Amino acid sequence: MSTSKLRNEEGRFYLLAAIGGLVAAIGIAAALYMEHEGHVVTGMNNQFVWGLPHVVSIFLIIAASGVLNVASMGSVFGRALYKSRAPLSGLLGIAMMTGGLAVIMLDLGRADRGIVAATHVNLTSVFGWNMILYPVFYGLVAVYLWTLMERRMNPWSKAAGLATFVWRVVLTSGTGSIFAFLVARQAYGTALLAPMFIVMSFAWGLAVFIPVQAAMYASSGTTLPPLVHQRMKNLLATFIAAVLYLTAVLHLANAYFAKNIAFETFILFDSEFAGMFWIGQVLIGSLLPLALLFHPATGTRTLWVNVAALLVIVGAYFHLYVFIIGGQAFPLDIFPGYDVKSSFMDGAVDHYAASLPEILLSLGGLGIAFMITLIGVRALTFLPHDDVAKLEAAGAD
Amino acid sequence: MNLLRILVALFAAFIAVSPASTLAGDGGRAAGPAIEIANPGKCVAPVEEMRRNHMEMLKHQRDRSLRQGIRGEPASLNACIECHASKKTGSVLGKGDFCESCHAYAAVKLDCFECHQPRAGFKATGVKP
Amino acid sequence: MTAPQSPDNNPRRAFIAAAGAGVAGLGFTVIAPGLHLMAVASDANAASAATEARKAGTAASPAVRWGLLIDANKCAPGCTKCVDACHTENGVSEKLPDPRQNSQWIRKIELVDKRNGRVTQLPMMCQHCANPPCVDVCPTGASMKRADGIVLVDRHTCIGCRYCMMACPYKARSFVHAPLHDQNPDVPRGQGCVESCTLCVHRVDKGQQPACVESCPEGAMMFGDLFDPGSAIARRIASVPTTQVRADLRLNPGVRYQGI
Repeated sequence: MSTSKLRNEEGRFYLLAAIGGLVAAIGIAAALYMEHEGHVVTGMNNQFVWGLPHVVSIFLIIAASGVLNVASMGSVFGRALYKSRAPLSGLLGIAMMTGGLAVIMLDLGRADRGIVAATHVNLTSVFGWNMILYPVFYGLVAVYLWTLMERRMNPWSKAAGLATFVWRVVLTSGTGSIFAFLVARQAYGTALLAPMFIVMSFAWGLAVFIPVQAAMYASSGTTLPPLVHQRMKNLLATFIAAVLYLTAVLHLANAYFAKNIAFETFILFDSEFAGMFWIGQVLIGSLLPLALLFHPATGTRTLWVNVAALLVIVGAYFHLYVFIIGGQAFPLDIFPGYDVKSSFMDGAVDHYAASLPEILLSLGGLGIAFMITLIGVRALTFLPHDDVAKLEAAGAD
Repeated sequence: MNLLRILVALFAAFIAVSPASTLAGDGGRAAGPAIEIANPGKCVAPVEEMRRNHMEMLKHQRDRSLRQGIRGEPASLNACIECHASKKTGSVLGKGDFCESCHAYAAVKLDCFECHQPRAGFKATGVKP
Repeated sequence: MTAPQSPDNNPRRAFIAAAGAGVAGLGFTVIAPGLHLMAVASDANAASAATEARKAGTAASPAVRWGLLIDANKCAPGCTKCVDACHTENGVSEKLPDPRQNSQWIRKIELVDKRNGRVTQLPMMCQHCANPPCVDVCPTGASMKRADGIVLVDRHTCIGCRYCMMACPYKARSFVHAPLHDQNPDVPRGQGCVESCTLCVHRVDKGQQPACVESCPEGAMMFGDLFDPGSAIARRIASVPTTQVRADLRLNPGVRYQGI
């Protein structure tokens, strides 16, 4: 490699680091501003209890646990193709988990009380469980990365990978259960959400992994073996279809219950969220990527597989926006059988608009995840090295 | 340049070894907080104990009174405020007032008054919905 | 529907016994097992006041369950006296540009029956559930239920995650969206924490009634001990049909309604 090329690479790293660092810093500044002024400067209120920061942070947390699936495929299920990708998957897991947790913690009304959150744990609370689930997740992934990257620790990588896999399933169940355990709201309160969040994490995690991997190959001037791409694309398509299936089951089951018909009509047909659901979540996030992945003209092209993965990520944000914001826009059914009105939006559909500080905070979380990935990739060896001949010999897996 | 560095180091060392002056501005070399106690001698515990333990007393009292509903204990924040609010500002939190002066001096963040009323005898009014 | 029963057959006696045990050291005399000097005074007041002040130094007793009975038939359209009284008593005075960001400890709801168009009014506030979802979901245990059934937020440990607001079926909780300065000394409340109706716990502990109950010109609200079969509220609940809001959720709220 020539000196000028090296210098170029160095320059690009510092440029990207500066951009990522700036976005992260602006996000943290926005959080400090919210902390000082109060949530009055956000679009959140007593009707929309959770807003855009929660949409972004829940995406990052779900995708963080899902991206680890790539590692699990290698270590737990013995797939060689995925095994060489395990370190990158672990790094992305830690990066996105950190970004997501940063946003959710910085959005707290009393973000200065992190120590209270860590020392007072109510075990009947799913949030309380998360105080245990998340730190252990970090520990396990760190140990797992160590067993993968330190040759003398390699024999332990299968055990560490299995522990990580089990833990991330529990963790994502915990994230889904945040909503599954809400007895009062029509949009939530079903056990289906726990497995659904796990399948969502498979799809979204892989959708993040594919373009990141492509970007790494491109920046190192190497090309990804088409075989690898082909297999990952098939896996992604399976996960997208599974999420679509569970979404259909969720809404059909809900619409079957007379008490929830009004809510289903609202979210699917008669609100600002209907368009986001059908166009954003279903068309852009599921059908279009499936078509791109399966169509012979596009499914074989690296570019289009990456486009499909990016569409899945866009669709994921629509999915969570409809789920979290849409679920709160519909009035609580406090008095079934009555038309109600009050000084506090009882019986009325409401509209949420995110303000600049919460948008910046949300972007800041993405910036943090990006920075950790960028620095990790630069400092350590995360680029997968494939023995293509061996992979082909092993057959389709 | 080197000379300056040595001087700074000497000054730092001097500060580090000089005996800590006592509180309440009793003629120590360093400036202490100016505490004015409006009703001296009526406190629930001796001054030395209050200085050291008031935070523990308040913390235990707050948990008992909120979580168990035990009322009328001596270590009540409202009772502290009623007695110690400054005659000038009516508060314990104004510049040089009872709580503020010491906490500013010791650089210890006060978290009580994010929620608690620092003014004695304050009567809140509400608004119509 | 009847008031939930306490384990003791005579909850009043149990309450007094517990209170008496707590203050024995303060000079109260035990005349005979289960009978204390205090009992005489409390029985004399029972007719006029729904409650007696708990003695200094004693904890809230699980033999008591404070509750409200609200008669929606008596609640007058357009009247907000209970809301005004609550806001004055508890110093709820902020007026933010977005009214949805203001605290709503108590609100008036107008109900129109979809079947026959009958219009009813009622005040809605924290229902002080026996099985409160807000307490279950709180990650730090800040959301809590006192022994006598009053559901409170411990603002010393509330981190402002708002999970309790997501969990509450009654929209009874509010988040404080901006710094506060004009709190009532008896009612600490502040930015970044969640809050809700405290059943005027600072008044109840002094033997007074909640501000809303006292303010109602129609006498539509009644406060008392649901566990005491002799209390006015328990007797009324035993004799007229009353409703728990969202009874299907089995949360066993301490606030009951009549006429809906």
